[in-house]
Amino acid sequence: MTDFTTDPAGPRPVNATTEAVRNSLARRNRKQLWLQGFGIAAISFALMMLFILITSLVGSGYQAFTQTHVEIEVFVDPEEVPVENLPRGGFREVLSASMGQYFPDVDMTDRAAAREVSTILSNGAQFELRDMVVADPTLIGQTITLKVPTSDPYDQLAKGLVKRDTTEENRRLDDAAIERFDRLQELGLISKPLNTGLLSNADSRFPELAGLKGALVGSFWALLTCFVISFPLGIGAAIYLEEFAPKNRMSDFIEVNINNLAAVPSVVFGLLALSVFIGWFGMPRSAPFVGGLTLALMTLPTIIIATRAALKAVPPSIREAALGVGASKHQVVFHHVLPLAMPGILTGTIIGLAQALGETAPLLLIGMNAFITSAASSPFDSATALPTQIFIWADSPERGFVSRTSAAILVLLGFLITMNAVAIYLRQKFERKW
Amino acid sequence: MTLAAFLVLFAATVAGYMLNRRAALTIRGSGTQLHSLESFHGLYSALTVLVPVLVILLLWIMLQGVVVDRLTMGSLPDGTLDGLGTGQIQLILAEIKSISRGVIFGTPEEFKIQAAERYISYNNTATTLMLAVVVALVLALVVAARRRVAAGFRARQQVESITSGLMIFCATVAIFTTVGIIFALVFETYKFFTMVPITEFLFGTSWEPQIPIRADQIAAEGAFGAVPVFLGTIVIATVALVVAVPVGLLTAIYLNEFASHRVRKVIKPILEILSGVPTVVYGFFAILVIAPAIRSFGQSIGLDVAPNTALAAGSVMGVMLIPFISSFADDALSAVPQSLRDGALALGATRAETMLNVLFPAAIPGIVGGVLLAVSRAIGETMIVVMAAGLIAKMTINPLDSVTAVTVQIVTMLIGDTSFDNPKTLSAFALGMMLFIITLMINVLALRIVRKYREIYD
Repeated sequence: MTDFTTDPAGPRPVNATTEAVRNSLARRNRKQLWLQGFGIAAISFALMMLFILITSLVGSGYQAFTQTHVEIEVFVDPEEVPVENLPRGGFREVLSASMGQYFPDVDMTDRAAAREVSTILSNGAQFELRDMVVADPTLIGQTITLKVPTSDPYDQLAKGLVKRDTTEENRRLDDAAIERFDRLQELGLISKPLNTGLLSNADSRFPELAGLKGALVGSFWALLTCFVISFPLGIGAAIYLEEFAPKNRMSDFIEVNINNLAAVPSVVFGLLALSVFIGWFGMPRSAPFVGGLTLALMTLPTIIIATRAALKAVPPSIREAALGVGASKHQVVFHHVLPLAMPGILTGTIIGLAQALGETAPLLLIGMNAFITSAASSPFDSATALPTQIFIWADSPERGFVSRTSAAILVLLGFLITMNAVAIYLRQKFERKW
Repeated sequence: MTLAAFLVLFAATVAGYMLNRRAALTIRGSGTQLHSLESFHGLYSALTVLVPVLVILLLWIMLQGVVVDRLTMGSLPDGTLDGLGTGQIQLILAEIKSISRGVIFGTPEEFKIQAAERYISYNNTATTLMLAVVVALVLALVVAARRRVAAGFRARQQVESITSGLMIFCATVAIFTTVGIIFALVFETYKFFTMVPITEFLFGTSWEPQIPIRADQIAAEGAFGAVPVFLGTIVIATVALVVAVPVGLLTAIYLNEFASHRVRKVIKPILEILSGVPTVVYGFFAILVIAPAIRSFGQSIGLDVAPNTALAAGSVMGVMLIPFISSFADDALSAVPQSLRDGALALGATRAETMLNVLFPAAIPGIVGGVLLAVSRAIGETMIVVMAAGLIAKMTINPLDSVTAVTVQIVTMLIGDTSFDNPKTLSAFALGMMLFIITLMINVLALRIVRKYREIYD
């Protein structure tokens, strides 16, 4: 169009309309550029938000994948830990005494000072020591090397999150504490190994000990329940509606119902579960089974819709051929159509389960946000799930939980990406063009 | 025991299948023509055993807990429970159960220990009885199915009608769910309205759901006027739509009209990631990044911004809704017939003019449908507002202020231990009922608009 104004073939006959078009063309093209510019700006905005989201989570979460540990020599004093009292004993005193050897200038008979010095150790250190001694009582009277997590403030200090240049009263650690930490560091006792506790520990009040095991196990049970219930129900419903249902008001009503269920807010499903499953049927609170049941009801529409689409994609020639050689209607569906539709159904199911994995609100209402320090051993035990664990940690005031929350989110996103990748792989590998 | 019951059931199912199949094969071996294939005879037995017994087993497991609880509480010495509220009775029951598991705190009263022993014995009896019932039923059904095997038995038709029945049941689960939701909400909401007048709930402008915990406690009486709560939801949803609608629409316009095929193929899935991120992640993002950023920006230009401003929750929700709106708008634009586009271009319109004056107006019904669905999403969205919005209901439309939302109130009322007999808990169900009705109306309207519009061009 721009050629029009710079036509080399010389002047053309000009009438009023052409003149008007010529004059307005620059303005109209400018308008088009503006629209394109706005479009690009909108897309950039969306992409930028995604970028900020990911980078801020990675930026605050990567710190939680390492955990500062301190290695100390511990003399298991038989006077504090007598064999006959196990598993009780003065493990805290043993640890505090062993901390004293690194700080000869601190008077360890002063209880306050001794306690101050031991704050560097995580609260879990005494339990770790106890478990070791209970497992092997011959350790009593010996000196053993113990590698335990440091408590949260010192972990933050080691990771540079507690700034040394802020004034003492605005800092979580006073100068003396930092000096003690530096002394241990000079002695080479501080290390920052990979934080395996993040996946192998259950929840804890202390950030340095808190892990995702309970949440992972809870999510696993909930998703398993969800799959076991929603997969057969969804396929059954979809086959009926797509292949067998007569076109009447009943099947119309069912369809409208399914479409509406897909759009009901998730928190309403939580209300349903709380009032019906827990209130009327007396199912246990906080149980992954109840969570899975609720998620199954929410996933059902997704699976039904995906299955119907997959069944629809199987060409009628397959059905007609099978009918032609004498198969019954059921045989056609179960022997021919369903197997051919399976990849599509599985893809839809995995995407539905991925949505269910990230669902939080209904699980909050049925109490899966309880504080539970051990992993569930059956779907009827109390447990948390990954998203509710993220919610709990995001609500916790301790500084250390900020990076743990981001780390937990990264773990959750990792699972979601894996599930979606499997779904996409399945689709591409088995998708057929008829 | 429960596991044993299931194992017995599945073993019997398999056994029934083998037994009938073998019997049918024998008949065929003797030279008689079978009506149905032998595998249908097998399936007939398997299904007639599995389906009824599984239903009975599941019902039993579901009801056993309730029945045993009732029996245990009923067997307590007379007068123990007199004058106790439901909460205290629940507490006693929980203590009895924990004693029966061997978890004992302090020294419980004698009657509780005895009740715990009875609780264990009731449970043992019930489970043993269940196993016995399952074994008896399974044997009877296997034998009954075996006796029906005959050359002329129409096993295929039988099997097919059973599977049809099962599939119809699957399809009606969706109806049961809707009915369950409506019943649960109506039931609890009704209880709520017997305590709080419905007019106060619908038109009251003060939401202070604190109620006295003990009868003699001096505390605020509690006010349940839902208007400020809904106002908060509207403020947050408006902020979300102000972000999502322009960005989503411009994105769709660009991708649909101007972007090359390759760009489109890359950008669309990346945008879809935004809608796949769980909302709890957005909630954390709002409190970690967006709220502090808005606050410090507000302070730098001298505005007083609340720490949990509606702007933070709303804008993050808007980001979440961008792909939702853009994909709806994209579909609607693509559904406009090519002839309209060609016609406009042939008349000399620029592509922008074609888009803005021809395609966009033609696609408006579909776009409106998509925006309405986004509105219903924004109203029902829970985690972002629970984490990033406030708790106190205020009559304000200032997005810089801290407002609460319907879903926030529902979650905070029901988090932790709940008993279903005070207005504070029940108010959550009344709010949920309103939420359900409103989103349902919006959804039905949106789906209707979308469907009607499709019919015009098809």
